[in-house]
Amino acid sequence: MAEKKNEKKGIVMVEALNQALMQEMTRDNNVIILGEDVGKDGGVFRVTDKLIEKFGEERVIDTPLAESTIVGASIGLAISGYKPIAEIQFSGFIPSAFDQMINHLSRMRWRSRGRYSCAVVIRSPNGGGVKALEHHSESLEAVYAHIPGLKVVIPSTPYNAKGLLISAIRDPDPVLFLEPIKVYRAIREIVPEEPYTIPLGKARIIKEGTHVTIIGWGAMIKTLIDVQNSIDIDLEIIDLQTISPLDTETIINSVKKTKRCVIVHEAARSCGFGAELAAQVYENAILHLKAPVVRVTGFDTTMPLGKLEKYYIPDANRIIEGIKEVLKF
Amino acid sequence: MDKQEILHAYELMVLSRLFDSKMLALQRQGRLGTFASSQGHEAIQVGSVMALKKDDWVAPYFRQWPAFIALGYPMEMLLQYNSGDERGMLIPKGINVLPVNIPVSSQIPHAVGLAWGFKKKGQKKVVVCFLGDGATSKGDFHEALNFAGVFKVPVILICENNQYAISVPLKRQTASKTIAQKADAYGIEGMRIDGNNVEEIYEAVIKAREIALQGKPVLIEAVTYRLSDHTTADDASRYRSKSEVEEARKKDWRIILKNKIINEGFWNESKEKQLIKKLELLIEKAVKKFESIKPVDPMDIFNYTFNEMTYQLKRQSETFKRFYPNG
Repeated sequence: MAEKKNEKKGIVMVEALNQALMQEMTRDNNVIILGEDVGKDGGVFRVTDKLIEKFGEERVIDTPLAESTIVGASIGLAISGYKPIAEIQFSGFIPSAFDQMINHLSRMRWRSRGRYSCAVVIRSPNGGGVKALEHHSESLEAVYAHIPGLKVVIPSTPYNAKGLLISAIRDPDPVLFLEPIKVYRAIREIVPEEPYTIPLGKARIIKEGTHVTIIGWGAMIKTLIDVQNSIDIDLEIIDLQTISPLDTETIINSVKKTKRCVIVHEAARSCGFGAELAAQVYENAILHLKAPVVRVTGFDTTMPLGKLEKYYIPDANRIIEGIKEVLKF
Repeated sequence: MDKQEILHAYELMVLSRLFDSKMLALQRQGRLGTFASSQGHEAIQVGSVMALKKDDWVAPYFRQWPAFIALGYPMEMLLQYNSGDERGMLIPKGINVLPVNIPVSSQIPHAVGLAWGFKKKGQKKVVVCFLGDGATSKGDFHEALNFAGVFKVPVILICENNQYAISVPLKRQTASKTIAQKADAYGIEGMRIDGNNVEEIYEAVIKAREIALQGKPVLIEAVTYRLSDHTTADDASRYRSKSEVEEARKKDWRIILKNKIINEGFWNESKEKQLIKKLELLIEKAVKKFESIKPVDPMDIFNYTFNEMTYQLKRQSETFKRFYPNG
C-alpha cells in the first residue's frame, strides 16, 4: 500500500522520517528510540508510528516526562553501546535538556580524550507556521549551532529528511535533528523506498542562478521556491541542510559567482544564524560583493501565537523586498 | 569484611588521605589548579568500590579521588588532570569509570542510562553513582531516580551526605528528615549508613548490588562530614565554627578505624609507620612521574571535538598553527 502511494503521489516528511527510522532499526539492533509518547501513540506527529509494533517496547520506549533525563540517560545508553534516538516532543522543551546537551552530550568525547563518545540523535520539531500553543513554534537553531561538538541538521523536504536522518543515525557524533513542523505534512515528494544517505555538513544548491544567492533552511525553502516562481530574477537557492558544521565552501563559491547575498530565516534576527552566515560571506568574499548582505528574518520578539505568526515568519513580500534591496547596487 | 579486607581497605583509605594532603600541598605551591579535597569521604568511596565486581562501573562527581585510587587509576594521571591537563582523564582500558563530572547531579542521568543499557543487553553488572547532598536538590536527581525506578535499572546511588554544599548546610537543601527517605517517592530502595564505617559501607553496597540486579535501584545515604574546605578556592571558616569541625574530627575513620584494628590486635604503631612510609614512597613516585610528563601540544585543542575535524576546525587549526609552529 505504502509503496503504491509513494509511486503515485509521493509521501510526506513524517512518512519519510518514519521510513528512515524503520529501516535503520532493522539494519542495526542497537538503534533504540526513547521519548514522550513515542510508543503506542507513535509520537504526537506520528513520526514513530507503528515502530513499537515492529520492534517492541524494549526498543521503542515511552519514557517519563523528563527531557533532561531523556537526553542524560541517552548519554549513558550510548556509552553502554546503544545508538539512542531521543525525541523531544516540542521545540520549546529542548531547553529543559539544554544542560545535558551543552555540558555533556557535546563534550564527552573531548572530556574523555576520545575514549567515550555520545553518538546520540535528538529529534525535535522546529519552527512555527501551524498555529500551535506557546513554546511549540521556536526556532533556536543558532543557539544549538553555537555548541562545539554538536551537529545541527534541519531538513526541508521528505527526500532530504530521509537521507539526512539516516546519515545522522550512522554518524559517530551527537546530532540535533530539527524537523520543520510546518513541512511535516505540507509537501509530498517521491522518495526512494530503499535506504540512502545525504552527507551531513553539505549544503544543497536547489536551483542554480546568476543574479542573487539566497540562503535558507527548513520551512523557508518552500517559500524561497515559491518566490522564485513568482519573479523574473534568477536566484541561486541554497538549502543549508546542516547548520553545524557549516558548508562554507558552497556558500562562498555561490556568492563569488552572483556577487549578491540574501539570507532568510524564521528565527529572531539578532545573533540568529544569519549573523554567522553574513560574517562568513564578509570574511571570505567581501571583495566580490556588489551589495551589502541582506537578512530577512523574524523579529527580536517572542514568537507570537497563531493570529500573528504569519506576520512574524518571513513571507514572499518581505523576501522579494530583500532581493530588490541587494539589486539596488 | 575479613581481617585481610579491612587491612586492604585501611591501606587504600590511608593512601587516599595522604595523596589528598599531597595534592593540597602541591596546589599551595601552584603546581596544581583548584580541586576538591576528599578528606572525610575515603571510607565511603573505598568501601563502595571494594564491594563491586570487576565488570561494574562507577560514575563519579568531582570529589572522587579515593574511588579513583581504589579503582587502580594511576595517581600521576589524577595529578595531571588536576594540574589542568585533560590527558589525565584518558581513562586507562580496564578501568570502568566515567570521567570526572563537575555540574552537580548531572552525572546521575548518565549513570542511570549506562546501567539501563547494561540491563537491556542482559549483562549482569551495576553502576555505582556518587553524588553529594547538594545534588539531591537538583532536577536531574529527581528525574533520574524516577527513571531508574520506572525502568528497574541496576544502579546504586551513593549520596555522600557531608553536611554542606559549599557553605549551605543540609537543612537548607531539604526539609526531609533524611536523604534516604527520598527513595520512597520513586519506589526504589533507601538505606542510611555511617559514612565513616568502611565495613558498614562495604556490606551495604554488597547488599545493594544484589537488590539492584534484581531490578530495584538503591539510594544509599552515607552520613559523613566534609573535613576540608569545599575546594582549594574556598575558606570554610567563613561559614562553620572551629568547634564544629573539631567535633567532626572525633568521628573521622582515620582515628576510629585505626584504634579499632589496634584494639582487635592486628595492627600497631610500628606497622602504621611502615605503612605510611610505603605509601609516601608510592606518592613520591607518582609525583615524579607527573613531573616528567611532556607538556601538552597546543594543537591538541583541535582534537576530540568531533570524530573527524570539520572544515571550520581545520581552517581554525591551520591559522593557529602559524603562531605555534613547533607545538
